[in-house]
Amino acid sequence: MSGLGNIIKKEVRELLTPTTFLPIVLVAVIFGALGSSIQGIQENAMTPPLIGVIAEDTGSFGNITSTILHTNAKVVYNSTSGADQQAGVDAVKEKNGVALIIIPQNFTDRITHGERGTLEVFWVMKGAGVFDSISSSMLESLITQINTNISRTLIKGNTTANATFVLSPTQSVQTTYFKNREFVGISPNIIINTLSQQSLLMPIIMMMIIIMAGSIVITSMALEKENKTLETLLTLPVKRTSIVTGKIVAAAFIGLLLAIIYMIGMGYYLTGLGATGGINLAAFGLVLTSIDFIWIGVSLFVTLIAGLSLCMLLGTFAKNYKSAQTLTFPITMLALIPMFLTLFADFDTLPLGLQVFTFAIPFSHPMMAPRALMFHDYTLVIAGIVYVSVFAIIMISIVVWVFKTDRLITGGTTKYPKLKKLFSRRRF
Amino acid sequence: MAAVEVKNLVKHFGKFQAVKGISFSINEGEIFGLIGPNGAGKTTTLRIVSTLLTITDGSVMILGHDLAKQAGEIRKLISYLPEDAGAYKNLTGRGYLQFIVNFFDPKEHHQMLDKGIKITDLGNRIDDRVDTYSKGMMRRLLVGRALMTNPRLAILDEPTSGLDVINAQEIRKLIKTTATSGTTVLLSSHNMLEVEYLCDRIALISEGKIVEAGKPRTLMEKYKARNIEEVFIEVVHE
Repeated sequence: MSGLGNIIKKEVRELLTPTTFLPIVLVAVIFGALGSSIQGIQENAMTPPLIGVIAEDTGSFGNITSTILHTNAKVVYNSTSGADQQAGVDAVKEKNGVALIIIPQNFTDRITHGERGTLEVFWVMKGAGVFDSISSSMLESLITQINTNISRTLIKGNTTANATFVLSPTQSVQTTYFKNREFVGISPNIIINTLSQQSLLMPIIMMMIIIMAGSIVITSMALEKENKTLETLLTLPVKRTSIVTGKIVAAAFIGLLLAIIYMIGMGYYLTGLGATGGINLAAFGLVLTSIDFIWIGVSLFVTLIAGLSLCMLLGTFAKNYKSAQTLTFPITMLALIPMFLTLFADFDTLPLGLQVFTFAIPFSHPMMAPRALMFHDYTLVIAGIVYVSVFAIIMISIVVWVFKTDRLITGGTTKYPKLKKLFSRRRF
Repeated sequence: MAAVEVKNLVKHFGKFQAVKGISFSINEGEIFGLIGPNGAGKTTTLRIVSTLLTITDGSVMILGHDLAKQAGEIRKLISYLPEDAGAYKNLTGRGYLQFIVNFFDPKEHHQMLDKGIKITDLGNRIDDRVDTYSKGMMRRLLVGRALMTNPRLAILDEPTSGLDVINAQEIRKLIKTTATSGTTVLLSSHNMLEVEYLCDRIALISEGKIVEAGKPRTLMEKYKARNIEEVFIEVVHE
């Protein structure tokens, strides 16, 4: 065998270990499952929007509008009286629809007289994620299509009206209903953009802390083994719980410190983004009170402890610094997945399977907490804190148990010798 | 009361039997040596006595405490020096000793630290970072760490491993002095001369079993051997 072949053989054998492969396989399985679920959400969102239509106007432009809506959307409520507005909104809400559109009596008249016809749109918004905006975007494109068709009709009729009006003969007045609140004059996309900017901070903070502090904990355990200091530490008069807690608290402190430094820059960046658009959420009573911030703090704290306990458990498997780097990968993924999920869709609008998956990841909870608290959804936040606390207690108990066994010193004896043999067998 | 009382100790790692029912006892203030080839079960036995590994079967009593139930109490009384131990590389020698001392009674911090610095005999280098130390300096630091806390039982796995002749001789003298002041010492070694010089009693261990035990001189007379090395070869080849 050549020198090169010999080196390659040795390197491959060194890297072909369960520690290298299992985290990647696990993450691949998680992503596979996520992909199927997200595809389901997208397909669901791409179906024709469910709407209600109140067509008061029987004129030509009213008919064009009504026809386009009936052809391209699934109309779940139909009426010809503006007095049915509330009934229409209720029906759309009940049928899980997108909006109620009112074509007012004077719609055709106004356009005929060179004034913009006004469509009244009452949006029923279900979630504030990127996927939640797909249905409303489809309806908005229908409204644009209505505008284009009326414009085309006006041009064909050799109207003498001015070009600006002919190219834009309609306008819409929008009201959005979201989580039992009424946003007058605001479309769902503006609300989604504003909320996304507002709640982007917490997922990034959480992700940064977990990745930084998590890798500190895992590396710390690996270095204790690599530097041969672990045996001495474990024979000193100090409780196993103190060793575990000490490592977790120190990593949490350093992680927080690093995250604060990072977030100072990110804060300026997000402030810059906020200045470019959006709405003042406080005007709609959507503000976080000091009590809400305490809830967020508690959620963040218990999640940090839970996450670092999980890292500590992973750290007990690390043999050295190199294997510690591999073990930080699943933690990074677990922090990234809820971050993207909370950006794509609201927890409420996720399919049940994804809801369970998102809830099960401890890192999801502080990411979801600010928006939930803004809309007074305390149940989700408190349930999350309780779940994460139980998760943390279980993790710490397992870690302390591992510290009391031989595993840390001997690396453990596998219950699956065939699996171990498969990875350790000489193949070359 | 015996400082260490080991009865029918058994240790399995999966299907592998590392220790197969060994028994021995060590009196207070005695230096007791476990001698045997690589893989005989010396380090496993020392790790069990120092509370690092659990017992599969049998019992171990240390200074009146049951190892299986009172490991926390035992850790207050012992000090363990692993064969290939290391120290925290980001600390200085003094910083490392101070870190260890902080686990003990605050009233004794000063005395312990001074003793540790004296044992290590590193001079000004005690304030240098550990990662700049030679192998010999590192071992002296670790021996200092193990003995400065005035343990009632010092468990030393190959205490002079990696040291040159002069440094090894100093460490041996130090172990003798420590035992004279009342500390019981359990050590393992490959070095038969070292064992002969240091130990009041020894046990020869081979393939997880104690094959012979007694005072070095008595064993040499019994096997008509000139040194422990000859005793060992005679016993193992029997």
